[in-house]
Amino acid sequence: MSLVSEGADFRGPLTASGFAEPSLATVGDYIALMKPRVMSLVVFTALVGLAVAPGSLHPLTAFTALLCIAVGAGAAGALNMWYDADIDAVMARTSRRPVPMGRVRPGEAFAFGLTLAGFAVVTLGLLVNWFAAALLAFTIFFYVVIYTVWLKRSTPQNIVIGGAAGAFPPMIGWAAVTGSLSFEPILLFLIIFFWTPPHFWALALYRADDYARAGIPMLPVVSGDATTRRQILFYTIVLVPLGVAPWMFGYSGALYGATAVATGIIMLGLGWQVLRERRPVERASRKLFAFSILYLFLLFAVLLVERGWGGLIVRLAT
Amino acid sequence: MGRADSPFGNVNIGAAMNDQGDDDGIVLTEAQKRARRSRSLAIAFALAALVILFYVMTLVKGPGVLIRPI
Repeated sequence: MSLVSEGADFRGPLTASGFAEPSLATVGDYIALMKPRVMSLVVFTALVGLAVAPGSLHPLTAFTALLCIAVGAGAAGALNMWYDADIDAVMARTSRRPVPMGRVRPGEAFAFGLTLAGFAVVTLGLLVNWFAAALLAFTIFFYVVIYTVWLKRSTPQNIVIGGAAGAFPPMIGWAAVTGSLSFEPILLFLIIFFWTPPHFWALALYRADDYARAGIPMLPVVSGDATTRRQILFYTIVLVPLGVAPWMFGYSGALYGATAVATGIIMLGLGWQVLRERRPVERASRKLFAFSILYLFLLFAVLLVERGWGGLIVRLAT
Repeated sequence: MGRADSPFGNVNIGAAMNDQGDDDGIVLTEAQKRARRSRSLAIAFALAALVILFYVMTLVKGPGVLIRPI
């Protein structure tokens, strides 16, 4: 059986009698299962969705909503590490995660993820609103079942479709305040959705060997270097106008517009450099990967300052 | 179900679950005991935090105290 078809068959250490070795997992290992760096980006984008939404929320309710979204993201991360333990073990970037290292058994990671997911969704439903809770449940389902179990190992479009899971948090934040959705949170969703392919494919370009060894059909592995570089530029060309759209639709001010235009031009420039670059040179890919994180952070941070924190200061002053 | 039919084979399950030092059971090392204790404390803190969160949020949403818009 190939590595790819195994999924979640990875076993932890056993004693000579066949029993699982008593766990040495620390609290830190369980925190690592929750992918704290991904969680911080999820919380940040959810905070922006929550802050720009019309209406008001009690600070404790807002805190509870963000906590539940963070724990839900952590649950999805733990379930992803449970299922992907076999491929994590053969990739340099992920081989030191708690499950492939044998510090947490797959069953423990699965139970941990499922428990967190249940608590996050039910708590969000009971204490904030059930529409936001349903969106959170769908996001966890989408990331674990649609992306991790199905798409990741079967199609080079895995991160394009699967990227939707990472784009939902601003919508959940918005729904926590309003109990509904409108065009503005969908715009925020689209920005993250179209940001994901250039971001991850830039990484995949210089990690292609790692993905190939694990048998993951990432675009550079399946379709090659040149196609990936063209696709990166294509998605960047779609992304940049979407990044400017909140200003064009009047949802944000001049500071956001200037930031989106300036950083968008840099993204296009880097996308163009990636197109002209050829392996083994990978400087432009690394630069695009790093700058894409800053790009998304700046767009959402400026939106938060103009619409969220700005609105908060005005509301407190009046 | 006889012992031969047991999914655990010839392992004495009672002894295996016992960390008091039986010769044929699993004896936790100091590191394993420390790890178990830290996990137990984390679960206790998480549950206490959940209880406090529900208590405070009930005050916020229910009796109408503490309610103030952002």
